[in-house]
Amino acid sequence: MKSMCKYLLPILVALSASSLWADTATSVDARLNALDAATKSAQLSGDNAWMLTSCALVLLMTGPGLALFYGGLVRSKNVLSTMMHSFVLMGVITVLWAVYGYSLAFAEGTPFIGDFRYLFLNGVGTAPNPDYGATVPHETYMIFQLMFAIITPALISGAFAERMKFSAMLLFTCLWATVVYFPMAHMVWGKGGFLNAFLGGKVPCFDFAGGTVVHITSGVSALVCALYLGKRVGFPREPMKPHNLVLSVVGACLLWFGWFGFNAGSAVSASGLAASAFVATHFGAAAAALGWMFAEWVKHGKPSMLGGISGAVAGLVAITPASGFVKPFPALLIGFIAGIVCYFMVTTVKSRFGYDDTLDAFGVHGAGGTVGALLTGVFATNLINDSLKDSAGKALPLGWVDGHPGQVVNQLIAVVIAWGLAIVGTLVILKIVDLVIGVRATQDQEREGLDLSMHGEEGYNLEA
Amino acid sequence: MKKIEAIIQPHKLDEVKEALKGIGVDGMTIIEVRGHGRQKGHKEVYRGMEYQVDLLPKIKLELVVPDARLDEITRTLSASARTGKLGDGKIFVSDVMDAIRIRNDDTGEAAL
Repeated sequence: MKSMCKYLLPILVALSASSLWADTATSVDARLNALDAATKSAQLSGDNAWMLTSCALVLLMTGPGLALFYGGLVRSKNVLSTMMHSFVLMGVITVLWAVYGYSLAFAEGTPFIGDFRYLFLNGVGTAPNPDYGATVPHETYMIFQLMFAIITPALISGAFAERMKFSAMLLFTCLWATVVYFPMAHMVWGKGGFLNAFLGGKVPCFDFAGGTVVHITSGVSALVCALYLGKRVGFPREPMKPHNLVLSVVGACLLWFGWFGFNAGSAVSASGLAASAFVATHFGAAAAALGWMFAEWVKHGKPSMLGGISGAVAGLVAITPASGFVKPFPALLIGFIAGIVCYFMVTTVKSRFGYDDTLDAFGVHGAGGTVGALLTGVFATNLINDSLKDSAGKALPLGWVDGHPGQVVNQLIAVVIAWGLAIVGTLVILKIVDLVIGVRATQDQEREGLDLSMHGEEGYNLEA
Repeated sequence: MKKIEAIIQPHKLDEVKEALKGIGVDGMTIIEVRGHGRQKGHKEVYRGMEYQVDLLPKIKLELVVPDARLDEITRTLSASARTGKLGDGKIFVSDVMDAIRIRNDDTGEAAL
């Protein structure tokens, strides 16, 4: 017995030590797990907060940003009609998106269009979708993308302002969103999309926030609309000056502000990439405003306010596809180039060919988007965006500056697809709408002003 | 009675009103108008589109005055509206058949 007792104490010590050890191990594990969950939760909070803010910022771009920018540029008898073109889409596109639009754009289906798994937003809830923002609710991603779907057709209205029938505009927009926007968004951003570099696309194209999806499609469609509808009555003989450039300045500055949500929000996270996109966006706008004004100063001897805001918007358009891929100084260069190119498109080219693209939707968005999409292939670098990796986890080279000049060809393919889809889609839709209800306002309605003839109101009752 | 219609530069209005008030002429009608004589307009450019603006903003004054005071008033008006440059404007004088005060039906020069 005594010999047994000799071992008792060490055994007891060993037993209690081991149980103590087990307690400590369990509590450390538990604390690590809790810490892990808390970190994830904080990241989710940060990302979602920024993303929801971005959603609001992008909606602000349509209403009142674009409404004011475009509204100020038309004659006063058409100011409300022009603003209505932006505003009504905040309602119409929302319904389409909720019912079937989000599904066609973002459900995995074919490389060219999604299927109907998200019809009526079925399955789109608060849990993240790992392909679309793994740290934010799927609903957040859905509504973020909705704001893009709203502003894109609104941009087209710049081409048919002051002469399009309102009912025709509504029908046209519903068809255009379905046939042009949803497929293009799917190809570039949807899972398995033909042009989606990050989610299995055959032709890996880089379009961070919508140079092809938003600006080329809307801008080129705008040109088709301008040519199909024809010139405004009295154009170009009668003077048609902007009735209130003050509104346009306010609108353009709201667009610049909201664009931070458009581009930096496309990082779908409150991250370094968002900061990078934010900076590139701002630099692009700044350089382009100066570029356009510089071109005006040289050509006309006076830099104008309209030139400054037009330049800024052109720069924002061009930097859109590049924003999450390029360094700050290339962003300045892209902006400056866009300012000069778009100035040239809107003045020399437009007057040479004589088309009435009333608010220069093609000259700014079509041309600016094309320039930006191609320059993205030049300046995209994995030093800014390393999300494209090889099987070993190493970041792949992105654009020409990374030693991959072939990217410009990929970008060109996306540009050609966007142009083609826009041209064909828009022509067919316009023809259908024209046959069914007629697209153009009558001469009398146009003379009277669309505010009165289409909406029964006047923008300014200053004597009242 | 005579009607004086004067087209003047907008920035001269205050001076003209003060000068007329100084000689006891208070009643007048002021209208914002656009027009031009030999004064050239200006050029505006919006996104490369040039617009020649020939219709320049002016102010038109209308006064009806007794015959006896016509010369005094037109001279005062002219002197106070003058800058010496193109675009100063013009004064036109015409006959008035009658004048009636709405408040109490006074007629003729008593209504002025």
